[in-house]
Parts: sequence; structure tokens; C-alpha cells
Amino acid sequence: MFTNTRGRLALVSAVAVGAVVALAGCASGDPLDEGESSAGSDTLVVGSQDYYSNEIIAEIYAQALEDGGFTVDRQFRIGQREAYLPEIESGSIDVFPEYSGSLLQALDADAATGTADEVYTALEGALPEGLTVLDRAEASDQNSWTVTQAFADTYGLTDIASLTKVTEPITVGGNSELETRPYGPTALKEKYGIEIAGFTPVEDSGGPLTVKALVDNKIQLANIYTADPNITSNDLIALDDPDNLFLPDNVVPVVSDKVDDKAAEILNAVSAALDTDTLMALNAQSVNDQAAADTIATEWLTQEGLI
Amino acid sequence: MTWVLANLGLIWARTLDHVVLSLPPIVICFVIAVPLGWFARRYRVSRGIILTGAGLLYAVPSLPLIFVLPAVIGTSLLSPVNVIIALTLYGIALMVRVVADGLDSVDADVRQSASAMGYSTWSRFWQVELPLSGPVLLAGMRVVAVSTVSLVTVGAVIGVQSLGSLFTDGFQRGIQAEIIAGLVATVALALLFDGALVLAGRVLMPWTRRVAPPKPSVPLEVSAA
Amino acid sequence: MNLFASAIAWILDPANYVGLNAIPLRIGQHLVFSLVTLVFASAIAIPLGYLIGHTGRGRGLAVTTSGGLRAIPTLGLLTLVALWVGIGVVAPYVALTVLAIPPILAGAYTGFEAIDRRTIDAARAVGMSELQIVRKVELPLGLPLLIGGLRSATLQVIATATLAAYVADLGLGRYLFSGLKTRDYAEMLGGSILVILLALALEGIFALIQRFVVPRGVSGRPGTAPKLRTGSSAAAR
Repeated sequence: MFTNTRGRLALVSAVAVGAVVALAGCASGDPLDEGESSAGSDTLVVGSQDYYSNEIIAEIYAQALEDGGFTVDRQFRIGQREAYLPEIESGSIDVFPEYSGSLLQALDADAATGTADEVYTALEGALPEGLTVLDRAEASDQNSWTVTQAFADTYGLTDIASLTKVTEPITVGGNSELETRPYGPTALKEKYGIEIAGFTPVEDSGGPLTVKALVDNKIQLANIYTADPNITSNDLIALDDPDNLFLPDNVVPVVSDKVDDKAAEILNAVSAALDTDTLMALNAQSVNDQAAADTIATEWLTQEGLI
Repeated sequence: MTWVLANLGLIWARTLDHVVLSLPPIVICFVIAVPLGWFARRYRVSRGIILTGAGLLYAVPSLPLIFVLPAVIGTSLLSPVNVIIALTLYGIALMVRVVADGLDSVDADVRQSASAMGYSTWSRFWQVELPLSGPVLLAGMRVVAVSTVSLVTVGAVIGVQSLGSLFTDGFQRGIQAEIIAGLVATVALALLFDGALVLAGRVLMPWTRRVAPPKPSVPLEVSAA
Repeated sequence: MNLFASAIAWILDPANYVGLNAIPLRIGQHLVFSLVTLVFASAIAIPLGYLIGHTGRGRGLAVTTSGGLRAIPTLGLLTLVALWVGIGVVAPYVALTVLAIPPILAGAYTGFEAIDRRTIDAARAVGMSELQIVRKVELPLGLPLLIGGLRSATLQVIATATLAAYVADLGLGRYLFSGLKTRDYAEMLGGSILVILLALALEGIFALIQRFVVPRGVSGRPGTAPKLRTGSSAAAR
């Protein structure tokens, strides 16, 4: 067995070297570059959060821009805000679907709540140099206090303040950080005098576990996003928030200088057609019909006559 | 099943992401662990230090490590590089010990005969000791490959795309088929890598086909997080 | 280094020692959750492993099954079971028990298998019953490898319990995920450091335990000693 060894060793070495070379090739490949290099000067980079609904909106922007003759580089699902905000600020992403209130808070932690327009105006002022927001859509996807339809009917609930009419103990469910948020259980008590019996942490940001807990009556009041299609499909109702306890979160494209008037016009036309019911319907196609983002986007744009 | 058929493109894209994240750690850890394991075995002091260090490193949970790395090496929190480096470190931690054990398993008589025949330390290592410890190294690399493929999925919770993204996305959207597809694809990829290593072992170490390979005295462990 | 300073400051901040999110409480949850998971996994894996080890039957099946279980990413299992059972700690318990079974099972049966057949034959020859052989020979001699398996399982469970916080309000992982959501790197890093310290502390404790459970007269035996040493250390990842 030793006679062969030298040749075999050469083979081992060759394979090892080859692997390292291949690896070096891999390492400079797709997931490692964060999209700085791939876009040429006439290409618009469209990004999206690591969230299915945001990806659908981004895909709509991308297809609308492509239809308008632009070349689009999709950098989708690039994490949560702390990851992509620096990318947008550095100019490596040109178009990003955002939510007015949440983005405002990320840029200015002390930002006050207000109407949709007030928040939008504040956001315009808070954006760093080189970034602007185009028209906001009517559609919003914001935090809400949500109950089941049956629970609302029992006590005649319409808005958050009406929760004082509830006579049974209310257990609140949501992410654990909700407890300390300015719109959390404490605020409900101090601002509206609503008695909260307990808090059950559910760690999926108003996702399927929260919905299930609400439907099973393990919790009675949950923090769910208003455009979540589970609201309609599970007979839930998001209580009205006339006092803007939650910051309005209207869908708004954040864009760089590279977005010219023509591109802006295209995106504004999209925003004009996007209301909350539409957004919920688009989300429903993703969650209930399990459709992919590009299919959903093409269908809607065609139907609206936008492409 | 409907979801799977409608999203074959997505599954394939995530699989490629997964390969790009898991292949570098597997290869790099081997390249680094061989000299390190050799050095660990060479001196009594270095053995204690390196093997204890490797043992401790291996005890560090992966998700927290992915969070800590950016503070140490200055990458951005969500950079895939953190995942690659973290998994490379685990691979090294496991393989260093395997390499040291593998070299230990070479019969002292064989080693002495090689020296007597005029092999230098260098050539004896490459031509006698390393090939003879091959089966042990292979067993170790199989464990590294399977655990690396499995661990890559953890990166999905901070937004590093891989097959693990099918878990987080399926969870957000409440689509069980998506999660199951991710599970099946991850296990399949792990088995594929494992199979490739076994095949490479047969090609590179034909003598192990004639003689039954030494049964590893213990199962090596895989960590899942 | 600045980042580490802020993480240490976070760990030492008295505000993090009160309420439902207090550090000692989270550490306690993490440990209790891990312990209960290990008890579940042991209850399944140890008797099964002993049966396989003592009879020598079903080994192939056990190896294949545990190999398959090991390739399953815990995050996938966790999210899938969470969708099935809803809120609470059931999903993390199920997912992590599955994770902990293979190393314990392997520790149990390899512990028995590693025993010199002559020792068992001798026990039989002096008139021990099968039950006595298990209790007086196989159990003590197999203990070091079983502890090795438990050590490995414990470290994996402690590590992976961090991930459980993705679907439940549980343990130290909460700091990682809530820090991620609120963009509080000090909290993420502080939480990560705590998990790492906890894992290293347990690793140290197990290293000590393993030193003490080797029956007298076994550790010095030339034939089996290196085998045992390699075994337990490799099994301990």
C-alpha cells in the first residue's frame, strides 16, 4: 500500500487545492456581496425586508419600474431595518418599501405620534441627506389592538377606548417587548383606564401563533398588523385607533437620488392605487393561497392597468 | 405539495445560498485543522492548550457566537461572513481533536519503520501518517459536513438567506409545506455532502475498501444550534 | 471593545435584575427548560440504549435513526411543531428532546459495547443473573460513556434553548431576539455572552463529573483506557 502513496497524495493535494480555489470563487459570489457592485449606473436597485408582505410591495415596485423601461436589480429579503438602513443611507439601494411611522421611529427615537400626514411630514424632515420619500400610499400596515369578532360583538367594541366596557378579565398577547412599549398594556390602563388582567408573551410578531391564541381565547387582546390577512380569514377585528396610540405606518417608497422623475411617477402611480384592503388582499394571496411574490405582483399590476 | 411545486425556483435558490454558506466552512476547517492537529500532537504542552481550547470553542453555542463575532471582527451584524466564520470555527474545533486522535491511531511500529527507511519528519507525515489516519479524518469530516449543513439554517433568524429562510418565512406565513420542504432539502443536502465525502474517501483511500475500516470507538456528535 | 463594554454594562445594569425579564430569572428558565428536556430525552434514550447495548440487537437501526435525527435542523422542527401546537413551551420541548436523544442513546449503547466481552463472560461465569450483569457490571463500566453522551446532549440543549426563544417566551434567547427587534446591540451581545458563559460553566462541571465517575480500576487499564478517553472527549464535542 505504500507504493501508491505518492500518487495518491498528489491527488489529495490536487483535490484540496482545487477545493480552496473553488471556495475562493464561491466566497466572492452572491451571498457575500451586499449588492454594491452588481448595479450599473442605469440600474435601479430595489430592496426588501425579510418579510413576505414587504417583498410583495418591493416586487410590485420592481415590475412597475421594469415596465417603464428601467433595469432593476432585486436585493430582496435583506433582513430587518438595522441591517438595511445603512445600505440605503450609503446609496447602495435605490428603492425600498418602508412604513412611515416605524421608519420615523428608527431615525428619531423621540418622534411623536400623530396623524398619517403629520408622521409623513416628520419623516420627510428626518431622512438623511440624499434620501427622499415619494408619495405615501393610503395602505398602512401598522400595529393594532385586535380582538375576535365574537368578543367585539359581546361588548359592542369599536375602538380602543371602548375596551373599558369589557367586564371579563382581559389577557393581552404579543411579543414580550410589547409590555414596555408606549402603546402597551400600561398605556391602555393609564390612558384609557382599561383593566388588563395579564400578559402572555407570544413571540411571533402577531403571526400564526398569536392568531391561534386569540381564536382559542387563550388571550383576548392581541397586537397584530392591520394588513394581516389572518384578520379577515379568522373573523378578527382591529379596533379603531382615533387617538393614534400607534404611529400610522403608511407604505411609502424610500428612494435615492438615482430615482428620476419618470421613475418617481411610476412609483407614485403604484402608491395611489394601493390601499389597506388591497394590501390585505395581496397578503392573503401569499398566506392563504401560498402564491409567490412575483405572481401576486404581476396579477395585481395587470389588473390595475399599471403595466 | 402545491406550495413545493409552485416554488421550486425559490427552493433551488435557497439551496444554492445554503451550499455557498456551508461549503467554505467545511473545506477551510479541514485545511486549518490538519496542521493544527499535527502541532497539537507534536508537543505535550501544545496538545493540552490546543485541545482544551478546541473543546471550549466547541462548547460555545452558535447563535450567540454569530452575534458576538461582529463585535470582534468588525463585520456588520447580518453579514453572511459571520455565519461562515462561526461554522469554520466549529469545524476546526472538532477536526483538531480528530486529526490528533487520527495521528495517534497510527501504529508506533509503522512510524518507526518509516523513519528507519529514511523518511524525513515532513515526508513521513504526508506519505505515512496522514494517509493512515485517513479513515478517522473521514469520519470526522462527515460529522463536520452534516452539522455544518444543519447549522447554516440558524442564520435565517437574523436574515442570512439559506434553506433556513424557508423555516422563518413558512412560520411567518403559516405554511407548513414550506417548512417541511426546508427540512427535507436540508437533510438531503447533508446526505449529499456526506455521500460525496464517502465517495472521496473510496477514491483517495482504496485500501479501505479491501480492509474493513476501523469502527470509530465512539459516535462523534453534531450540534444543532 | 466599545461594544463589549456596553454589553458588560448591560449585564451589570441593576435594571436588568428586576421584573419578568430579569437576568437571573432568564438563566433559571434556561436551566430548568434544559434540565426537563434532558429528563424527557433520557427517559426515552437510556432504557432504549441499554436494551440495544445489552442485547446487541437493533444497533444498525439505532445508528441510522440517530444519524437521520442529527441531520434535522432544530429551527425547522421548532417552527413546524409551533405551527401545529400553538403558543407555549410544547414546541421547544418536542424539538429539543428530538435533538437530545441521539447523543444520549449513543452514549448508552456504546457504553455497554465498549466493555470487554471477557469481563461480561466472567460475570456470567461467577453466576450473575442477566439483571445483575446489567446492574453490577454494565451500568458502572458504561457510565463514563453515558455521561459523555449526556454532556454532549446538555451542551446542545443549552445552546439550542437559545433558539427556542424564536417561538416562545423562554430563556436567555429572548435577549437576542428582543435586542434584534429593538436594535439594541448591547442587549443582544450581553445575552449572547451570558449563554456562552453558561455553556462553558456546564462544560466545566461535566468535565469534573466525568473524572469522578470512572470506576476504580478501569482508568488505569492499558487496553481500554485510551479508547474510553477518546470516546468521552469526542462525544463531548
